[in-house]
Amino acid sequence: MSNQAKSTDQSTVKRILHYVSPYRPQLIGAMIFAVCYVALNLTAPILIGYAIDHIIEEKNVDFSAVAQLSLMIGVTVFACAIFQWLMGLCVNSVSYFTVRDIRKEIFRKFNAVPLRYIDGHPHGDLISRMVNDADAVGDGLQQGITQLFSGLVMILCTLGFMLLINVYIALVVVVITPLSMFAAAFITRLSQKMFREQSKTQGEISSYVEEYIGNQKIVRAFGYEETSQHHFEEINARLCACGQKSQFYSSLANPSTRFVNGIVTAAVCIVGSISAISGTITVGQISVFLTYANQYTKPFNEVTGVIPQLQSALAGADRVFSLLDEKPQQPDGQESVEMNSCKGQIDIENINFSYTPPKKLITNFNLHVKPGQHIAIVGPTGCGKTTLINLLMRFYDVNSGDIKIDGTSIYQIKRNSLRSLYGMVLQDSWLCNASIRDNIAYGKPDASLDEVKAAAKEAHIDTFIERLPNGYDTIVTEQGANLSQGQRQLLCIARVMLCSPPILILDEATSSIDTRTELKIQEAFRQMMQGRTSFIVAHRLSTVREADVILVMKDGNIIEQGSHDELLSKGGFYCRLYHSGENISTGNMPVSVH
Amino acid sequence: MFQLRRFLKKYKLQLTIGPLCKLIEAIFELFVPLITADIIDNGVANHDVGYVLSRGGWMILLGALGLCFALVCQKSASIASQGFGTQVRNAMFHHINTLSHSELDRFGTPSLITRITNDINQLQLAVAMLIRLVIRAPFLVVGALVMAMTIDLKMSLIFLAASPLIALVLALVMHQSVPFYKTIQQKLDKVSLISRENLSGNRVVRAFSKQESDEARFDQKNDELAAAAVTVGRISALLNPLTYVIAQAAIVAIVWFGAQFVFGGYLLPGQIIALVNYMTQILLAMIVVSNLAVIFTKAFASAARVNEIFDTRPSVVEKNSKPISVDRNAPAVEFRNVSFGYADNGYALKDISFTVPKGASVGIIGGTGSGKSTLVNLIPRFYDTSKGEVFVNGNNVRDYPFAQLRGKIGVVPQTAVLFAGTIRENMRWGKKNATDKEMIKALQISQSYEFVSQLPEQLDSLAAAGGKNFSGGQRQRLTIARALVSNPEILILDDSASALDLATDAALRKALSQQTRNMTVIMVSQRVGTIRYADKIFVLDKGKLVGTGTHNELFDHCDVYREICLSQLKEEEVRNR
Repeated sequence: MSNQAKSTDQSTVKRILHYVSPYRPQLIGAMIFAVCYVALNLTAPILIGYAIDHIIEEKNVDFSAVAQLSLMIGVTVFACAIFQWLMGLCVNSVSYFTVRDIRKEIFRKFNAVPLRYIDGHPHGDLISRMVNDADAVGDGLQQGITQLFSGLVMILCTLGFMLLINVYIALVVVVITPLSMFAAAFITRLSQKMFREQSKTQGEISSYVEEYIGNQKIVRAFGYEETSQHHFEEINARLCACGQKSQFYSSLANPSTRFVNGIVTAAVCIVGSISAISGTITVGQISVFLTYANQYTKPFNEVTGVIPQLQSALAGADRVFSLLDEKPQQPDGQESVEMNSCKGQIDIENINFSYTPPKKLITNFNLHVKPGQHIAIVGPTGCGKTTLINLLMRFYDVNSGDIKIDGTSIYQIKRNSLRSLYGMVLQDSWLCNASIRDNIAYGKPDASLDEVKAAAKEAHIDTFIERLPNGYDTIVTEQGANLSQGQRQLLCIARVMLCSPPILILDEATSSIDTRTELKIQEAFRQMMQGRTSFIVAHRLSTVREADVILVMKDGNIIEQGSHDELLSKGGFYCRLYHSGENISTGNMPVSVH
Repeated sequence: MFQLRRFLKKYKLQLTIGPLCKLIEAIFELFVPLITADIIDNGVANHDVGYVLSRGGWMILLGALGLCFALVCQKSASIASQGFGTQVRNAMFHHINTLSHSELDRFGTPSLITRITNDINQLQLAVAMLIRLVIRAPFLVVGALVMAMTIDLKMSLIFLAASPLIALVLALVMHQSVPFYKTIQQKLDKVSLISRENLSGNRVVRAFSKQESDEARFDQKNDELAAAAVTVGRISALLNPLTYVIAQAAIVAIVWFGAQFVFGGYLLPGQIIALVNYMTQILLAMIVVSNLAVIFTKAFASAARVNEIFDTRPSVVEKNSKPISVDRNAPAVEFRNVSFGYADNGYALKDISFTVPKGASVGIIGGTGSGKSTLVNLIPRFYDTSKGEVFVNGNNVRDYPFAQLRGKIGVVPQTAVLFAGTIRENMRWGKKNATDKEMIKALQISQSYEFVSQLPEQLDSLAAAGGKNFSGGQRQRLTIARALVSNPEILILDDSASALDLATDAALRKALSQQTRNMTVIMVSQRVGTIRYADKIFVLDKGKLVGTGTHNELFDHCDVYREICLSQLKEEEVRNR
C-alpha cells in the first residue's frame, strides 16, 4: 500500500470515528467488556487445568480443591458469558446507530446538492451508497470491534498466559501458529483473482438475464430463442469454470486451518508430555495449553478473515464520503427576500447558460412576459425544452444575465419562496407513496378534506377518486403504478390547483393517454392557465397557436421567438415544423395505392 | 427440492466421494483427543518419550491425511455444486424461452430474474454444503458422543444432557431472530424506496419546498430500521454466551464427576482431558449445524420458487413443427368472433370479427385499455384466443409452427428497446444473414439512416442495454427498422411512433407506404393523425369493435371516433380533406 493510500485510509477511519463519537459510551463499554470477556474466557481453561491437576490417580483426588475450583469455573464462565453478551449489545448499538446517522446525512445531502448532481448521477448508484455502502460501514464497525479488537486482545492475553505457564511450549505455539496465517494469506491471494473473475461473470450473466428475460416478448416476436439460449449457455459455462475454481480455492481455508491446528495440537502434546515427563509442567497444564493452542489460532483466522470485510467497509465509506463531500448549492443570501405573491411579470435579461461550460447552450437570450401571458415552448424531441424550466425555477443557475419576477431578480429571492410562486406539472407525473389525499395536499399539508376535494373537482379527477374502494385514502403505489398515466397527471394538476400559484409551468403529454382523460387534462390546463402567466411545453398545434409567444428550440438553443403569425411569415424552422404538421392535417400526404 | 435431483445425476461420483472423504477427515479428527489421552495416560505416566513421539507422529500423519481427504471433498463440492447451478440455469433459461406471454405476465420480469440468479445461487450453495458439511457436522456431534461413550458410558450421560440443550438454545434463538431479518429487509426496502422517490421526484420536492417533511418521513423509517436491527441484534447476541455457558457447565460436570471416577479408579486424568475436548467439538459442530439449518431453509424456499417455473407449462403450444402450405390469395389477417380475456379479469376483447386484405394498411385506434395491443398480440399468437379463431393467410394461427407464423410478421412493440451490441447485430434479429444494403434500406424507411450514418461507427456503433444511449425517438425508429429488415409480409406497429415529432412521423408513414407496397401494415395508435390515411380504420372501445371504415366514414358515423378526433384536432382540421 502506498503512503498516500494509507493516509487516505487513515483519514477515512478518522471520519468514521467522527460518526461513532456520539456513541462513545457504548464504544468504550464494548471495549471494556471485550477485555473482561477475553480475560475470563482465558481464565476458565487455567482453572480447569488446576482442577485436573488435583485429580491425580486412583484414591488420590483432592475433592475439596476440585469442588472449590469447579465453583470458580462456574462463576468465571457465567461472568464471561455476561460480558460477551454486553459487548454484543454495545457493538450492535454503536454500529446500527452510526449507520442510521450516516444514512440520515446522505438523505439530507440529496436535498442539499444542486440538482445538477442528481441529474448527472445514476440514481441506482446513489441509492446503493445509501443502502449497501452504509451497510458495509456498519458491518465493518461491528466486525472491527468484535473480531479485530477482541481477536487482538485474545492473541496478546493468550500469549501472555502461555508464557507465564511455560516459555518453551509457548514458543512452539508462537512459531507454528502463524503458518495458518500464511496459508490463509496465500489462499486469499489465489482466490481473490478468481473471485473478481467470478463476480464479473456473475454481473455479465445478471445483465444478460435482465435484458433477455425482461424483453422476452421481443425475443418471442423475432424467434430469437435459440440464439439467446446459445449466448446464455456460453456465458454460463464461463461462470461455471471460474465459479468452480474460486469456490475450491476459498474452501481451502477451513481444512488448511484445521491442519495447522492439528500440527499445533500434536506439537503441544509432544513437547508438553516430554516436559511433563521431565517434571517441568503438570498434566493439567498440558490441557490448558491444548485449549490455548486452539484459542490462539482462532483469532488469527478471524483477524485475517475480517480484513477483506474491513477493506470493503473502507471502500464503502469512501463512496459515502465522496457523496457527502459534494458541495451543497449556494445557500440563500442574507439579504434575499421572501416573496409570497406576484403579478407574474417575468423578464429574462440577456442570459447565458450551459450544462457543460465550454459547450454553449443558451446565449444572450431575452424575453419579457407580461402578467397573464402564455408562452409555448416547441421543438423536436430532445431539444432541451426542460432547460428553460430548470432556469426559471432555479434548479440550475444561469452563467450570466438575470431573470426577474415583478422586477426582483430571482437570485434575490429565497429559493423556497421563489418556487412557491410556480405551479409545475411535468410530463413525468411524480407522485409519492402516500394516500391520494396526501398527494393532492402535497404543497399544502394543512388543507382540509373539502379543499382537497375542490381541487380534485377542478382537475376533473374527483369522480374517479370517489369510485375507488378507499376513495381519497387510496394509497398510490411506488411511482403511481396503480394509476394510469393520465390519471397521474390529473392528480398532479389537482396538486397545483390546491396551491393556486401565480405562475404555471406545464408540460403537455406526448402520448399514451386515452382520449377522454386527454380531454379532461386539456380542460383542466385551460382553466388553470386563465389569468396566470404560463409556460407550456407544447405538443399540440392548438395549444401553440393560442400562445402569446412561441419559443422555438432546437438542440438546446432558442432559435426563434414570436407569435404564431410572426413566426409563420418569417419562414424559418417553426414554419417548416408547422407545415410538416399541417401537411398531415391538409391531407397532402401520399397514401399507398393498393 | 427433490425434483431438482435430476440435475445432480451427472455428479453422482462427486456426491459420493465428497461426503465420504469428509467423513474420513472427521473420523481422523475424532481420534485426536483419544491419542492425546493416550499420550498423557501412557506416555507421561510411564515416562516413555519414545511412546510420546510415535503417538505425536501419528497425530501429524492423521492431520496431513485429513487435509488430503478434505481437499478431495472441497474439489468435488465445487465441481458438483457449480455444475449443478449451471445446468439448472441453462434449463431454466430454456424453459422461460418456451413460456408464452400469459405466463410471463403472471410471473413478471423481476421475479423471473431473481429466480434465475439469486434462487439458483442459493441452491448451488446448498449443494456445496450438502457435500461439505451435511455429513461432517452431524457426524462430529454423533461421533464425539460415541467417543465419549467408549471412554466411559456414565460420563457420556453429561454429553447426552448437554447436547440437546445446546441444540434447543440454538433453535430458540434462531426461531426468534430469523423472522426479524425479513422485517429488517422490508424496512430497508422502505428506506431505499423513500430515497428513490426523493431522487426521482427531486424537482417536485424542491418545487413544493417539501425537503423538511420528506426528511422527517425518511428519519422515521430510518429510525425504525435501526430499532429493528438493534432488537434482532439483542436476540442474536444471546447465542454465543448461552451455548458457551451450557458447554462450560457440562465441562465442570465432567471435571467434578470425573474426579470421583478417577478416585474410584474407573477413569484416568488424560481421559478427562479427552472428554473436555469432545465437549468443545460438539459445541463447534452444533453451531455449524444451526448455520446449515438456515442455509437449507432458504434453499427449500428457493427450490420451491425454481420449481414453480419448471412446473409452469406454456399455454400456447406449437401443434406441429413442419411448415404448412398457405393460400396466396387469402386475406392477410382475419378474426372470426374472437374473444379474449387475461386470467380471470373479464374479457379484454369481445366477439371481434374483421378481415385485412393483403397489402392493405390498417389503423387501430381507441383509448387506453380498449384492447388495441391485445388484439395485435393475437396475430403472432403471443396469446391464444379464449373464443373464436384468428387466421393468417387463410390458415388458423394455431396450425402454424411458431417460426413460420412469426417469420411472416414484423412486430414493433410499444416499448422501444434495443439489445446490448452493435446496431448491425440488432438489425439482424429478424434475419441472421441480412446484408448491409437490406439494413440500410430498413433504416432509411424508418427515418433512422440520417442519424445512424452520422455516428462515427455507423452500423457498428454500440447500443447500450435497452438502447439507452439513444433518445426515445431514435430508439423507436431503430426498432421499426429492426422489424423491417426481414421484409415481413405483415408489419405490426404497436403505438410505435409515439415519441416522434409530427414531421418525422409523417415522413415515416410516407416512406412506409411508398417503399413497402406489398406489406400489410397494421398500425395501433392513440393519435388520429397517425392512422387517418389508412385504408381501413378499426375503432375499439372497451374491448369491442365499435367502428370500421375510412376516416371520413367513421367521423360521420362513429361517435367514439368523432370524440377522439375532436379531442386532438380542431373541427376544420378534421374536415380538411
